[in-house]
Amino acid sequence: MLSEKTKNAILELQKLYPEKRSALIPALHLAQAEVGYLPREAQNEVADLFGLDSNEVNSVVTFYDMFYEEPVGKHLIHVCKNVSCMLRGSDELLAKLCDKLQVKPGKTTADGEFTVIPSECLAACDRAPMMIVDEKVVGPVKDEEIDQMLAEAKKGPGHPAPVEKPEDRHG
Amino acid sequence: MAEMRVLMAHMDSPGQCNIETYEQNGGYQALRKAIPNIAPAEITAMVKQSWLRGRGGAGFPTGVKWGFVPKDPALPKYLVCNCDESEPGTFKDCLIIDHDPHQLIEGVILSSYAIGAHLSFIYCRGEFFEGIAKLRKAVKQAKEKGYLGNNILGSNFSLEIVVHPGAGAYIAGEETALLNSLEGFRATPRLKPPFPAVSGLYSQPTVVNNVETLCNVVHIVNRGAEWYQKIGKPKNTGTKIFQVSGQVQRPGCYEFPLGIPLREVLDAAGGMLPGRKFKACYPGGSSCALLTARQLDISMDFETLTEHNSALGTASIIVMDDTADMVKVAHRLMQFYQNESCGKCTPCREGTRWIVQILARIEAGGGTFGDLSVIEQVCNSMAATSFCPLAVGAAPPIASAIMEFRNEFEDYIRKNPNADEKPKMKVSYPYLKVYPFEGERDVAGKTAIEQEILKRN
Repeated sequence: MLSEKTKNAILELQKLYPEKRSALIPALHLAQAEVGYLPREAQNEVADLFGLDSNEVNSVVTFYDMFYEEPVGKHLIHVCKNVSCMLRGSDELLAKLCDKLQVKPGKTTADGEFTVIPSECLAACDRAPMMIVDEKVVGPVKDEEIDQMLAEAKKGPGHPAPVEKPEDRHG
Repeated sequence: MAEMRVLMAHMDSPGQCNIETYEQNGGYQALRKAIPNIAPAEITAMVKQSWLRGRGGAGFPTGVKWGFVPKDPALPKYLVCNCDESEPGTFKDCLIIDHDPHQLIEGVILSSYAIGAHLSFIYCRGEFFEGIAKLRKAVKQAKEKGYLGNNILGSNFSLEIVVHPGAGAYIAGEETALLNSLEGFRATPRLKPPFPAVSGLYSQPTVVNNVETLCNVVHIVNRGAEWYQKIGKPKNTGTKIFQVSGQVQRPGCYEFPLGIPLREVLDAAGGMLPGRKFKACYPGGSSCALLTARQLDISMDFETLTEHNSALGTASIIVMDDTADMVKVAHRLMQFYQNESCGKCTPCREGTRWIVQILARIEAGGGTFGDLSVIEQVCNSMAATSFCPLAVGAAPPIASAIMEFRNEFEDYIRKNPNADEKPKMKVSYPYLKVYPFEGERDVAGKTAIEQEILKRN
């Protein structure tokens, strides 16, 4: 399931740390960037590269919010719903967005383009109500700007965010 | 009082993320001053003397923390920068790494030099896509200039920095949970002691410091501990980046000396929205008790806020005006703690869930008056018995909201025609006698829950 390039990049990542298991989370980001999400098959291949039991890897995957065991849309929209954003109207924003995309919070649109994920605080409370679209922080979001924002997102390469580019690494 | 920008001095300069601009603005001067002319122990002494306290929330003196690290040069030591900024209302670390990443890199190098670490990690929350890219670029540039790598500035000190992405977990901001996460495990907290300074990452001496703390080190080395000590108040020295969010005119970061009155920080943020009145605020992120209008002149420093049963925390002020619905705020916050509880210990895992259920019931118009006492009792139990600070921080925002705005909760409860029913109890609580809650009591001095238990037994 994983390409040789990704596998080699994961082996490179392991060299940055005194103990290779430390590279597990960055490696899972890499695997997810290639596959789009983390099915058990991908998890097992990562586990093999680390010499770990696949359940060990699964325990990590299931703990963190940014790993998806089920397929997600091409573009991810994280809408902050925490209190700073809530006080500035994030509930209404989320409702408007879901209405526009004809999708329920946490679900993917029928065309597979967008997944709307209600999120906890995303550390940009000065821009409330805010969201992260793929990799980009957007906010404060006004209702009339939603259409334009979605159109712009569609032009982009979409998630999976290439968090791990081995060429950027200098450890 | 006008803003006093030390850490944020060059945040608005274009090109500050580039090493040349950073150097032109006085960057890497502290490093050139310190390496190799100042001994590591002397830097630790300077930081101790400056009274710099941790900016990640706990406010522990940084120099003292460094002092706990064993001096044995044969032991590998690690510096870990905590950039897993997830506390609701907090956005200062994100500001620093997005606008001035070299300041953090310089702070990490100086601090690693002080404790004798040759490998350092910057643990960033995974959602900081831009910040992670900028930090990696900064590391690359610093390496090219000889500020990182082998024999830094001709000394015999060598250091590598690895920028490590997390994957979305609030609890990974707790230092021992962060270490577990950095080792490739679920981010669950570890038992302390041993403290990380003795046995941390890979069971070796490790210092975990917040981004803002490490940036302060740069300025202490640059301008001296005595200069730093004069800013702020005794034992609360230096400037602090206050983050104001919620219902104010200009939400954002504002840097002031510690000990500034809350009112002035709010004024800097433009005050309340037109036609609105201040109702309450959480002064240090969401994990502290709220302050009300009568406390607007409170001094924003660690001790004063602790004396008022709140906390300075990360100095993230979440402001609510007279339109804010405190029941909804409390409900939303508790949902956050429930979502982010790692599930390791029972009081936190079950307590947060239980309170969310009760608050949801109250908000839906099905609450009873006894529910409020149950919430207070669960809050007390969580704060007293949970394993790590997550649930200790989950209790005060809710308990203080009920204490200060009880009428709002009762207004919701009155919508229920059967509001006087006793709360539905399914199990008994033997620890109740150890931590009796402060609720309404009957003539015998028993609380509603104690009466219920007596009746059942």
